[in-house]
Amino acid sequence: MTSYRHYPERVAALVQHDRVHRDLYLSEEIFALEQERLFANSWVFLGHASQVPEPGDFVAQDIAGRPLLMVRQPDGAVHVLYNRCAHKGTQLVTDESGNTGRFFRCPYHAWTYKLDGAPLGVPLKNGYEGTQLKACESGQGLSVVRHVKVYRDFVFVRLSDTGPSFDDYFGEVLGAIDNMVDRSPEGNLTVSGGVLRNIVHCNWKMYLENINDTVHPMSTHESATKAAEALWEGHAPTDPKPMAMEQILPFGSGYEFFDKMGGRVFANGHSVLGVNFSIHSNYAQLPEYEAAMQAAHGIGRATEILQRSPQNSVLYPSLSVKGSPQAIRVIRPLAAGRTLIEAWSFRAAGAPALLFERAMSYNRLVFSPMSVVAHDDVHLFESIQQGLRAGGNEWVSLHRNFDAAELAQSTITTNGTNELLMRNQFRAWAKSMSVEAAP
Amino acid sequence: MTVPRDFAAHEAALLDERRFDDWLALFADDGHYWVPLLGAAQADPFSHNSLAYEDRLLLQLRVERLKSPRAHSQHPASHSQHVLQPSRIEHENADEARLRTPFLYVEARGESQILLSGTARHHLVRTPAGWRIREKRIDLLNATRALPAIQLFI
Repeated sequence: MTSYRHYPERVAALVQHDRVHRDLYLSEEIFALEQERLFANSWVFLGHASQVPEPGDFVAQDIAGRPLLMVRQPDGAVHVLYNRCAHKGTQLVTDESGNTGRFFRCPYHAWTYKLDGAPLGVPLKNGYEGTQLKACESGQGLSVVRHVKVYRDFVFVRLSDTGPSFDDYFGEVLGAIDNMVDRSPEGNLTVSGGVLRNIVHCNWKMYLENINDTVHPMSTHESATKAAEALWEGHAPTDPKPMAMEQILPFGSGYEFFDKMGGRVFANGHSVLGVNFSIHSNYAQLPEYEAAMQAAHGIGRATEILQRSPQNSVLYPSLSVKGSPQAIRVIRPLAAGRTLIEAWSFRAAGAPALLFERAMSYNRLVFSPMSVVAHDDVHLFESIQQGLRAGGNEWVSLHRNFDAAELAQSTITTNGTNELLMRNQFRAWAKSMSVEAAP
Repeated sequence: MTVPRDFAAHEAALLDERRFDDWLALFADDGHYWVPLLGAAQADPFSHNSLAYEDRLLLQLRVERLKSPRAHSQHPASHSQHVLQPSRIEHENADEARLRTPFLYVEARGESQILLSGTARHHLVRTPAGWRIREKRIDLLNATRALPAIQLFI
């Protein structure tokens, strides 16, 4: 077994210009280093402010293997704390979400904390007189995640004290979140309808690559799309489709469609697939909604917002956004060969209920553990995770449309089937992994 | 079949024998198959999402896909076993019946299998051809937890 921890050159050698080594997907040591470096030094999606509307509301969520709490403060701010009692390490809450009232109280020895983590009280206070408690971490309350950014209600954290600023890290790809929020005439989204959660026995990067893989639908999803086409046969192209058909049939589009949709990459692994159009572009028009959008944004701006309908925008390494339908996927790595994939739906304030229906319907049809579209994806990811153990070839090919000139550029607009959108993720990976974790 | 009490066992046997066309024929034209994401706590399929909420068109799509040799995830094929408690008839009149059937469900494929448990709730309507499903609702225990792929019909 290769050791990587103390050999940065070995880690760097895993990513070549046009291919990557299988240890990226298989090695538990690499996975542990990713948690310490990549996921600690990057801005990772934690949750949405609408999950914690009232003071004392919390959501518990692990990031990079560390238990965190997103908490709404009395002054309306969203803070992020470590979910670990300063005393002995008990998790302060074990529900996924809830309201803690005006303070946190550890169930083990009743140490209490304000909502911002500041220490409130401990039982048998006199027993600590003359001790070093107050001088050390355990006497100073809950540890706080210092680098939190609430961007239009999307909450991101950077666990490490070093690393790029939020704006430098994401740059232009934040337009994907803007577009999603701007699709609400009131500029306000609420997480709604629950989160579909999938356990997939593959490496997280495989899932993230596939979000930008436009060449797989024709072969991977053939069984689902051919069945849908056969059921819909005989209908004129102008016949109104049930929402499910409107959402599934475009998966059967050909290579040319996916190539022409175009893609764009940005520094740090981010991308937009479908800069020209996507499988989401031809959903039925909703005149009433368009009128509300024009009233809110003006005709020109409303048209611009509604015409931008990419397939997927990736905010590397944890989030994939669809402005239409209003849905996101969150990638939560659990182990080298195990990943949690969440599909969230949003309700856009001021938009018709149909938009929310579309988000839920799309997530249910395509990202549910029972999805007939996802079954073939998941099977193939899990197959790759096994197949990579084979002898003979230790590399994964990402050669399609490689051009040496791309190495010197950061923002590039290209054809939709260019594997640059994946190579760009791995270049960001290599860069993040070369940075030592903060102590 | 005239006794609704036996319906759930008959239906489950069709699924476990992979007789999906025969199974689909048990649904009324307006029939739905529903697996709420909140399990028994969920009020309706519209205000909250579901693991599955399918009309006959989508169920047909599932059944047709399973026949395709290019249904990659069915190599090897999945097989199911429903282990049912006796159905309790919650309501019955001349036109309709409601059944409640606690179950264990095992879906096996290759070297792995998953185990789910919950309660199936059948809303049946009487037709000249016998009882038909207006809604089969499956309330999973702990439906909100992260799940692996469930490929057949619970």
